[in-house]
Amino acid sequence: MSTTTAPAAPKESLFSKKNRKLITDPLDDNNPITVQVLGICSALAITVKLENALVMSASVLFVMLAGNVVISLLRNMIPSRIRIIVQLVVVAGLVIIVDNVLKAYVYDVAKQVGVYVGLIITNCIIMGRFEAFAMGNKPGPSALDAFGNAMGYAWILVAVAFFRELLGSGSLFGIPVLGDAVEKTGLYALGYVNNNMMILPPMALVIVGIIIWIQRSRNTKLIEQA
Amino acid sequence: MDKNSNSFTFTFAIVMVVVVGALLALIYSSLKPAQDENVRREKMQNILAAMNVHVARDEAPAIYQKTVTSVPLVDARGRLVEGVDTDPVNGPGFALDVQKQYRDERARVIGADDMKYPLYVAEKDGRPLYILPVVGTGLWGPIWGYVAVSDDGRTVVGSTFDHKGETPGLGAEINTKFFTDQFPGKTIADERGEFTSIKVYKGGSQTTSPHGVDGISGGTITSDGVDEMLRRTLAIYYNYLSSLGGGMAQAISASAGDATEAQEETATEEQP
Repeated sequence: MSTTTAPAAPKESLFSKKNRKLITDPLDDNNPITVQVLGICSALAITVKLENALVMSASVLFVMLAGNVVISLLRNMIPSRIRIIVQLVVVAGLVIIVDNVLKAYVYDVAKQVGVYVGLIITNCIIMGRFEAFAMGNKPGPSALDAFGNAMGYAWILVAVAFFRELLGSGSLFGIPVLGDAVEKTGLYALGYVNNNMMILPPMALVIVGIIIWIQRSRNTKLIEQA
Repeated sequence: MDKNSNSFTFTFAIVMVVVVGALLALIYSSLKPAQDENVRREKMQNILAAMNVHVARDEAPAIYQKTVTSVPLVDARGRLVEGVDTDPVNGPGFALDVQKQYRDERARVIGADDMKYPLYVAEKDGRPLYILPVVGTGLWGPIWGYVAVSDDGRTVVGSTFDHKGETPGLGAEINTKFFTDQFPGKTIADERGEFTSIKVYKGGSQTTSPHGVDGISGGTITSDGVDEMLRRTLAIYYNYLSSLGGGMAQAISASAGDATEAQEETATEEQP
């Protein structure tokens, strides 16, 4: 899956060219959602509002970063026969911590994203990075890899949520930007109607599809040879 | 050491489970008080919001204590449960988890007759108000809310609703002002004192009705859930409220012949 599993040279700087690629690659050429097609479920479920997308992205960033570092530190100890179980325990533990901290300190946000934070456990990107990268690399590069992948995931989520919230609810971050739908001001006065279909999960798939389309037409090396 | 041997694998698994378990237990128990406090304050905030007192969550406990005077319990037939502490914060009324009770009833752990209904009695602008918690089922999970009724026992003053996981933009809209703003001024009983509940209409053609509100387009099952939970719960509270004599008692006795069986029962028991 990953093309970046080469063993790091002993005295390599943390921000060498190779390590910088760990961050920039997942943003475009090796994006977890649009190229690896992982984590689609959460991209469909939580992108109705920008706020949810941001909180989900932040939670995924924390879980992926902490998890990648932990797995990387333990990589020489984890028995290969139960490594998937170990990875799963790490993800599940971190997700429970995130969920509890959100409920205790940012209760309103926790209520908004509630069930979706639990969904992070089933996010294939995280298990994928543990298995493909952290199991074979040092903590430093693993942290960079986690950061890059979380950002690659986050920008897709935010982009999808931007269009869904804008066209579906006429608002951004819950603030109406297209005018008042009830009193018919702004664009609504010209006859614009919120597109309720944008609120339904299938439209998230369509938007992700459009992003993939644009990305591949720009970057032809991503197109699979038939 | 051979890290692929059975003994190492088992030792690793056991140590991992113990360490992770201990860590999670520690985090959970240290965060639990803060989480419970959030839930408690949110409950107070929702009760206040139902009577159109909108406060920040941090201020909710102080204002709640000033506004809510007592929390008696009503039984499934609409009679006051005698001999319970009606303290608005420490009494059993505030502590009663109506959602858990509803779940237990649905799972037949307890019978419908065993259910207790907390009645939040508050005072606003010198007049008593009754705040009635309601719980029910939406499309994807539980829905709940509070309905505030004025001292005549039938006019709705305000309401709040919330849900666990209704579809955003559709059923989830029950917690928006757009939906709850329709409730003030509606009545849960007609002029003769007969219980009508508040009906959630599909299509909105009946919104001029004094007992009806417009449902959420695209949120039919959630709207039906709200309708069902209001009809089921308010009927029980109305049995009690109508017996209090807040202007409605006369209407009830005037039309005693038409009153429902439950109302007759309350009327005969509560009125000397």
